[in-house]
Amino acid sequence: MMKKTWLSILYSLLLTLLWSGSVLAQDAAPTPGPITDDQVNAIAKNMYCPVCENTPLDVCPTQACAEWRELIRDKLAEGWNEKQIRAFFVERFGDRVLATPPARGLNWLVYVIPPIAFLAGLYLLYKAFQSMRVSAGVPPVQADRSSASSEDPYLDRLEEELRKM
Amino acid sequence: MVADFSFGALVIAFLIAVYGIVAAIYGARNGKTEWVESARLAMLLTFPLITISALGLMFLLVTGRYEVEYVAQVTSNSMPYYLRVTALWGGQSGSLLFWAWLMSAFASAVTLRKWDRDREFLPWVIAVSLFTLAFFLFLIVIFENPFSRIWRMPGGEFQVTMFQPAGAVLASMRDGQGLNPLLRHPGMIIHPPMLYLGFVAFVVPYAFAIAALITGRTDDRWIRITRRWTLVAWLFLSLGLLLGGRWAYDVLGWGGYWGWDPVEISAFMPWLTGTAFLHSVMIQEKRGLFKHWNMALIILTYALVIFGTFLTRSGVLSSVHAFAQSAIGPLFFGFIGLTFSISMYLLLRRWDSLKSEGQMTSVLSREALFLLNNLLFMGILIVCFWGVIFPLVSELVSGQKVTVGPPFYERATAPLFAGLLFLMGIAPLSAWRLSTARTLGRLMWKPFIFSLIVGLGLPLLMGIRNWAALIGFFLIAFVSSVTLYEFWRGILARHRSQGENYFIALRNMTERNRRRYGGYIIHLGVVLMAIGIIGIELFQKETQATIPQGGTVTMSGYTLTYQSLAIFDTTDGRNVARAVLSVEKDGKKIGELYPRRDFFLESQQPMTIPGVRSTWEDDLYVILVDWLPVSSQGASFKVYLNPLVNWLWLGGLVFILGTLIAAWPDKDPEYEQARLRRRVYQADLKRRNAEA
Repeated sequence: MMKKTWLSILYSLLLTLLWSGSVLAQDAAPTPGPITDDQVNAIAKNMYCPVCENTPLDVCPTQACAEWRELIRDKLAEGWNEKQIRAFFVERFGDRVLATPPARGLNWLVYVIPPIAFLAGLYLLYKAFQSMRVSAGVPPVQADRSSASSEDPYLDRLEEELRKM
Repeated sequence: MVADFSFGALVIAFLIAVYGIVAAIYGARNGKTEWVESARLAMLLTFPLITISALGLMFLLVTGRYEVEYVAQVTSNSMPYYLRVTALWGGQSGSLLFWAWLMSAFASAVTLRKWDRDREFLPWVIAVSLFTLAFFLFLIVIFENPFSRIWRMPGGEFQVTMFQPAGAVLASMRDGQGLNPLLRHPGMIIHPPMLYLGFVAFVVPYAFAIAALITGRTDDRWIRITRRWTLVAWLFLSLGLLLGGRWAYDVLGWGGYWGWDPVEISAFMPWLTGTAFLHSVMIQEKRGLFKHWNMALIILTYALVIFGTFLTRSGVLSSVHAFAQSAIGPLFFGFIGLTFSISMYLLLRRWDSLKSEGQMTSVLSREALFLLNNLLFMGILIVCFWGVIFPLVSELVSGQKVTVGPPFYERATAPLFAGLLFLMGIAPLSAWRLSTARTLGRLMWKPFIFSLIVGLGLPLLMGIRNWAALIGFFLIAFVSSVTLYEFWRGILARHRSQGENYFIALRNMTERNRRRYGGYIIHLGVVLMAIGIIGIELFQKETQATIPQGGTVTMSGYTLTYQSLAIFDTTDGRNVARAVLSVEKDGKKIGELYPRRDFFLESQQPMTIPGVRSTWEDDLYVILVDWLPVSSQGASFKVYLNPLVNWLWLGGLVFILGTLIAAWPDKDPEYEQARLRRRVYQADLKRRNAEA
C-alpha cells in the first residue's frame, strides 16, 4: 500500500516535469508583417550560442550573437515557427543551444534525478521519524492522542511558557 | 628581486605548513604538548609569510612589473592604482594566493583563542587547517605561481618560468593586457573577497568537527565554539552573493541579478548547506538530536567550499577537456575526494558515540520542522549540484554538450523556496519537543487570517491573477506577520513585567537573545527579498525597439524619447557609445537615462552599462543594444520594467543587519568577572585611602 502511494507520487511528479518540459517546446503561431525585435527576443531568450556560455542569446552583446538574432529574424520573416527555428539551430549546433536539455535519451536524467533524490530524502526523514517514535516505546497513534490532549499538564505548562514569552 | 623574495616566502610557508601538520599529529598522538605548541607557532608563522608574498605581488601589480606574467595578464598602464591592487584576485594564480592568505589569517586567529577547556581539539584543528592551507600553497608553488616571469631566450623566443633559464634575459614589457573589463567595477572589488572570506571561514567549523571526531569528544562543544565562526562565514558568503547579484544587475546588462550561472551556483551551494547547518545545530544544542546529520552537513559544506573554488578555478566548467588539460583540476578533484573520504570514515568510526540523546516526539515540534527545512535546503542543493554537473556528465558519456539554464533551476527550486518560506512562518511558533496542531493553530490563526486578507485578498483586488505570485504574496504576508507578532509578544511581555518602554524593551530583548531575534530579522530580510524576486521574476516586462532620433518607446506608462548619441574615446582605453533618453511618466517629464556601451580596446571586449531609474515601485532599466555609427540617427534600445526589485536590495541589507546582530560577540563572561573584581578592588582601595 505504502509502496503504491510512493510510486504514484513519483509518477505524478514525472508527469509534471514532462508537461513543463513540453510547454517550452510549444509552437509559436507564424506571424505576418514585419518582424519585431520582441518576436526575435522571445525565441532568443531560451537559446544560447556555443561561445558565449551562460549568456542568453537575447541579451548577449557580441557580434556573433547579433548575427544569430538576425538569422532568427530572417527565419521568422520566411514564415518559420519557433519550433522549426529551434530545430534548425539544434541541427547545426547541437542540443546545447537550448536553455534546457530536450527530454530524451540520457538527458532524462537531468529531470528525473532531483525529484527521486528529494523523495528519497523525504522517505528517509519519514523512516527516521517513525523509528524514533517506535524506539521511544510509544505507539505513534497513542502519542498523537496524548499530545493533542489539552489535559496534558506538560502541554499546559508549555503553553503557559509560550504565553509568557 | 621582489618576485624571488615573495616566492621564497611562499615556499617557506608551504614547508612550515607541512611541518606544522606533522608536529600537530605527532604531538597529539604522543601527548607531547611542546610539539603541539610548535605546530601552533607554525600555524601562526604562515600568516606573516603569506602576507609578505601577497604584499609582494601587490607591489609588482601596482608598479607595473610586466615581466611577471601574472602582472601582464591582469594589469595595464591605463588602470588606476586601486584596480591594480584588486587585480590580486582578478586572475587564477593571484586569487589562489589570496585564498591562501585569507585562510592563514582565519586559521591563525582561531589558534589565538583561549584553549584552556578545549586543549585536546587544538592539534587537530591546526592539522586540518594547515592541511587545507598546504594544499593551496602546493598548488600555487608548483602549478599556479603568480611570480613566474617571462624570459627572452637566446634564440629570441619567450619562456615563462620562475627562475632564469641559461642565457635568457628578462623580457621587457611596456604594457599588460589589463583586467577583464567586467571586473572593473566597485561591486567586483569587494565581491570576491567577501565570497572567499565566507569560503575560508567555513573551514574553521569543519576543522573543529573533525577534531571532535578524532578526539571522540562528540558532545556539542565543537558546535558551541564554532557557532560564531559559522555565522561569520555565513555572513561573508551571504554578502558575497548579494554583492555579486548587485554587480550583475549593474554591469552585465541583462536586466537581472541572478542568471543561474554555474559559477554563481558554486558559491550558492555551500551557502545552502551552511544555512541548513545553522538551523540544524540548534536541534543538537537544544535537544541533543541529529549529531550525525550536523557532522555530515559541515563535512559537505567544506567539500562544497573546495568544490566551489575548484569549479571557478579549474576550467572544468567550460568543458571536460579543459578539465583534463588543466593541471590543477585533477588535483582539486583528488583533494576533495581524499578529504571527503577521510571525513566520512571518521564519522562512521564515531557513529555510535554520536547517537541522539533523546527522541523526537512530535511531527510539529520545532526540531521536526527544522529537519524539514534541512530537507528543502538539500533539495535545492541537489537541483543545483545536478544542474551544474549534468553538462559534464553528458559530455563525458555521450559526447554531447548540453546547456542546463535558468528555466530548469527556476522550475525545480521555486516550490522548494516556497516551502522554506512557509516553514519560516510556522517554525517560530512551534515549540521544542512538543507542538500539536492545536497549539500551533491557536498561535497561527490570527496571522493566517491576516495574511489571507492582506497577502491574498489585496493582490486579488488589485487584479493580480498570477497564482504563483498570489501564493508568494500570501507566504510573505504570513511570515512577516508571524515574525513581527513574535517581536510584539516579546516587547509587550517586557513592557508589562519590567515597565520598560517599547523601544528599550525591543533593545533589551534583542540583546538578551541575539541569535533568536537576529534570526527573525534575517527572516524579515528574506521576506523583503522575496517581494523583489516575485516582482522581477513574475512581472518583469521587456520590449526592444529600433528608433530614430526623436523617436519614442512606450512601456507601462513610461515614454522614452531618444535624444542623442555620443561616441568618444576615453583615456583609459575605452570607446564609449552613450545615448541620452528623456523619460516621461504619464505625460510628465521625470528625468533622463544614459545607457551606454563601453568597448575595451585592449581586450576587444564590449560591456553594457544600463541606464536605470530606480524607485520602490519599479526600475526602468534601459540597455543600448545597437546603433548606426555613421549617422548616429537610429539606435536600438532594450527596455525592461522590473517591478519591486529595490525591495530585493533592501531585504539584502536587512538580512545582513540581522546576521550582524546574531553574530555580534557576547561579552566574555570570564573577562566580565575579572573586570568586576578589579572594580571592587579599586573601590575598596579608594575607600581605604579615604579612611587613611
